[in-house]
Amino acid sequence: MDLVTVGFFVGIVGLTLIVTYIAAKKTSSASDFYTAGGGLKGWQNGFAIAGDYLSAAAFLGVSGAIALTGFDGFFFSVGYVVANLVLLYIIAEPMRNLGRFTLADMLTARFNEKRIRGVAAASTITIVILYMIAQLVGAGALIKLLFGIEYWLAVLIVGVMMTTYVLFGGMTATSWVQIIKAGLLLFGTGMLAVLVFMKFDFNLMTMFDTIAQDHGEEYLVPGQKYTSTLDSVSMMMALVLGTSGLPHILMRFFTVKDAKTARSSISWTTWITAIFFSLTIFLGFGAMHFVGIDQIIAESAAGNTAAPLLAEYLGGNIMLSFIGAVAFATILAVVSGLVLTGASAISHDIYGEIIKDGQLTEKQQVLAARIGSISIAVISIFLALGAQSLNVSFLVSFAFCIGASANLPVIIYTIYWKKFNSTGAVTAMTTGLVSCLILGAMGPNIWSPTGNAIFVGDPLVNLAVPAIITIPLGFFAGWLGSVIGAKKVNQAEAEKIYKEIRVKANTGIAVQDVSH
Amino acid sequence: MANKPVETINYDAIDKMESFNHFVKKKNTFLFSIAGAFLTFYILLPILAFTSVLQQKWIGNITGVWIYSAALFLMTIVLCTVYIRKASQFDAEAAKVIAEFQQGGK
Repeated sequence: MDLVTVGFFVGIVGLTLIVTYIAAKKTSSASDFYTAGGGLKGWQNGFAIAGDYLSAAAFLGVSGAIALTGFDGFFFSVGYVVANLVLLYIIAEPMRNLGRFTLADMLTARFNEKRIRGVAAASTITIVILYMIAQLVGAGALIKLLFGIEYWLAVLIVGVMMTTYVLFGGMTATSWVQIIKAGLLLFGTGMLAVLVFMKFDFNLMTMFDTIAQDHGEEYLVPGQKYTSTLDSVSMMMALVLGTSGLPHILMRFFTVKDAKTARSSISWTTWITAIFFSLTIFLGFGAMHFVGIDQIIAESAAGNTAAPLLAEYLGGNIMLSFIGAVAFATILAVVSGLVLTGASAISHDIYGEIIKDGQLTEKQQVLAARIGSISIAVISIFLALGAQSLNVSFLVSFAFCIGASANLPVIIYTIYWKKFNSTGAVTAMTTGLVSCLILGAMGPNIWSPTGNAIFVGDPLVNLAVPAIITIPLGFFAGWLGSVIGAKKVNQAEAEKIYKEIRVKANTGIAVQDVSH
Repeated sequence: MANKPVETINYDAIDKMESFNHFVKKKNTFLFSIAGAFLTFYILLPILAFTSVLQQKWIGNITGVWIYSAALFLMTIVLCTVYIRKASQFDAEAAKVIAEFQQGGK
């Protein structure tokens, strides 16, 4: 660790703490805490959503995957970019028009039942914890590599930082940390990409020719990592549909005042992610060619340090320190968003609405939110400390799988299907969640005949991400549950509520009633 | 719910309005046909990527998979812009429906 590294590191921490300090003064009500008072502008929320997308898995993971496997790594980039359209066309505006703080709020706007809220909160917490373990373990490994700090200490530092942002600054601080990080990340990757492109004489053909000649043409087509169509189709389905079911992304739509701003947020996010993920080609190929595959694998088998190593090659220690600091900011921002989302499910959904029937005063709500934040942070830190040796990259794809299988069917049915009912909502969410967990537990990430996974043995389901089975299953269970539960429903009452939902979702009328 | 709106809007009346239903139908047809199209185009990538069509070199050493992916990126940007344009038309129509409802009284 030298002075430059420490300088960048301290700079990031200092800047984010100043932001938190300013945000803390503006955070007094529950709506401030969970949604920044609904006062973010379109570009701000757009950068913040991009910040959520561009996690360490996306930045370090995707560039590393391209460096090691060529085109197979780029599948992820395509998935993340197209996912914006699902959010924009189907989800964003109705979500803003119907919801208040959480996914469960939006569902209970139609089905005001505690069991719906309970299941939605359970699915939210599961996704948040899976995602967070992956981020924290990744963070620990990265910081250990960059600064030579022990793993447990690194996890603890990240844990304390994220809790600080959320605890004092709520959604305002979290959003600004995301915005700053997204800006830095875009700048950092842009710089690396230009330097790589310069070495290829700013000529795409030269770059592809060099890769084909020096490394083999097999890197320019899929097949290094994914050999079966089924496996890659399944993974691609999870990516494109799962994004719209991730609770920490959905929650971001409540931070803006109306559907129009929600729409412009996604428009910003689309541009930012499209630019960023185009650059991953240069980062990946750059690392493959200039650092070398063997060298990357020697540092980290999964290739997670390909981007920092490329930075070191291109710009020496200063560039390495800068990219390291950006990666650190990335991790901090994403885990803060996750803490906040987890807290909203524990404190708002489970404690405030289910246990206390929504009878908490404003002050009690904020207190509950803070206690919830600390609890979710402590749980995740403990789990992450125990998961150090686990290969965690599959946890993120699992979070996407659950989002697509458990949350997305229910969201779509709730907004667009008249005959949907609460029985259908419960069966869809439980089926989606449980089938992902069970099929995942039988899959190749847990079972491997060669001992690469947790247990030795043949996987029963040979799909790394079971989305191709679980997404249709989630939709089917929602339909089946609605048919079975139809008799129990008070038709007149259900129809009246659906009319209200339909009018609100399509016109945005009375959106102030649901939010502020 | 904690803050149930005071009964001010007659949702039933709006839901019955012909202009409202026409608007919703038009909007949903637009949204879901485009969504169906881009999801189909998207999911064809991992399917075609393992066939010789996309594995061939299209331009120099650049194979079909890269160009197909670039087309998906371009599609995303274009459809995002299309949506933003179309949505402001929908905003105007929604505003018209609400205005018609308010003029008609409750």
